[in-house]
Amino acid sequence: MSLRYSYFPGCSAEATGKAYDISARVVCKKLGIDLVEIPDWNCCGATSYISIRELESFGVSARNLAIAQEMGDMDVVATCSACYTILAKTNRYLAEDDALHETINEALAAAGRSYDGSLTVRHLLDVIVNDLGCEAVSDKVARRLTKLKVAPYYGCQASRPKGTFDDPEFPVSLDRLLEAMGAEPVYYPVKTKCCGGMLMMTEEEAALRLNLELLQCARDNGADVIVTMCPLCEMNVEAYQSMVNKRFGTDFNIPVMYFTQLLGVALGVESKRLALDKQIVPVDKVLAKVPA
Amino acid sequence: MVELETTQDVKDLHKIFVEDVYGIPGGDKIRQCQQCGTCSGSCPTSSFMEYGPREVIAAFRAGELDKVVRSNTIWLCTSCYSCTVRCPAGIKVTDIMYELKRLAIKYKSWPKDCKNPALSKIMIDNIEKYGRNYEVGLLAKFTMTQKPSLGVKFAGLGTRLFMSGRMPLRPNPIKGRDEIAKIVAVLETKEVAG
Repeated sequence: MSLRYSYFPGCSAEATGKAYDISARVVCKKLGIDLVEIPDWNCCGATSYISIRELESFGVSARNLAIAQEMGDMDVVATCSACYTILAKTNRYLAEDDALHETINEALAAAGRSYDGSLTVRHLLDVIVNDLGCEAVSDKVARRLTKLKVAPYYGCQASRPKGTFDDPEFPVSLDRLLEAMGAEPVYYPVKTKCCGGMLMMTEEEAALRLNLELLQCARDNGADVIVTMCPLCEMNVEAYQSMVNKRFGTDFNIPVMYFTQLLGVALGVESKRLALDKQIVPVDKVLAKVPA
Repeated sequence: MVELETTQDVKDLHKIFVEDVYGIPGGDKIRQCQQCGTCSGSCPTSSFMEYGPREVIAAFRAGELDKVVRSNTIWLCTSCYSCTVRCPAGIKVTDIMYELKRLAIKYKSWPKDCKNPALSKIMIDNIEKYGRNYEVGLLAKFTMTQKPSLGVKFAGLGTRLFMSGRMPLRPNPIKGRDEIAKIVAVLETKEVAG
């Protein structure tokens, strides 16, 4: 099986989620997974766009799928869970609704493109766990994370609404991958609860409460680090800890890492190449628990 | 500007809602709602909503969707899809929330202190202008025009993100901006023709 995919980095890869993109590329190279970036990809539109300009959202997302198709029939891989959900939803609605597909192709034609609907959209976690496999990952682990307790935080949009590669309520893919690294996934019943998405900007109280629950549950179960697979989750859970502390009188200072960063550590990639210095909560305590 | 004042306006709102929701693949399942409340119980933000998701469907049946459209409810939906996944009738509750967001914008009807429509508008403009979301521009414009208090609150965090290279100051426009414009232009005519 050739592990070759067209890669959709998403807009956060250029800003707040840079470390995710950097570590994903490094780790995939190390694992023999070939990510070919979709040339001149555009924003998937995320929730703001699809919720308000639905048809246009399907249109701009389909442009990415059309370009991916020009590259061959590789599966499309996204790292950001929001991008994954939007691209997959667009793809699914085009397949389910011929009239919509026709309309979207009419719009694509104006831009000199077309899309036949035959690609598959995947999340990077799905590719690593199901195409490469946890055994293959385990074989490549250079530093076993034996003493590390990890809260596997999936967030909402990787497994919902469809649960394509895992259970929509209680997924286990990330737990399995952590075990393959030698780490211990802790009991984390809030693993698919929402981080609040963009609410921190507009509905602060609601967003802070959601994050309080995520942080408290990680602490209660003894997690050394929370591992995420979405740049929005990462930003919320990590960067707003001081705001949560201020609001609720807590003292959280829990390191948060992308699963690709932790996987990189396990594979023996040096910290600098995993952009670990970009984290707001320092990850030294995590690295100190890992055998050299 | 469209108003939402007369009985006829409310009737029109219902008509558009029904047409659009039934247009979503599987959208007609809204008829099978048993008011069990699983959606509201699953929703992580329902305790902050004026009407929980179950009440949204109840309001639809009672012909009072205008109340929902005027409320904070739809703007608290984060698209986590918990309701959609758990609904025993298979109702796409998240998609219904999206449709109500569109109607709220069409009727320019949302609570006075609700800043979400403005935030969405800035993001939409970014996407259609650059082809990508420009996070710094989004945050700066939103803070300056809508919520100056955020400037103080996020100054420290913003600086830290900037220092670690997580906040590039310039947008990175795509080459195919004209393609985005053409796609959007075609689809805008489709919506009007609807």
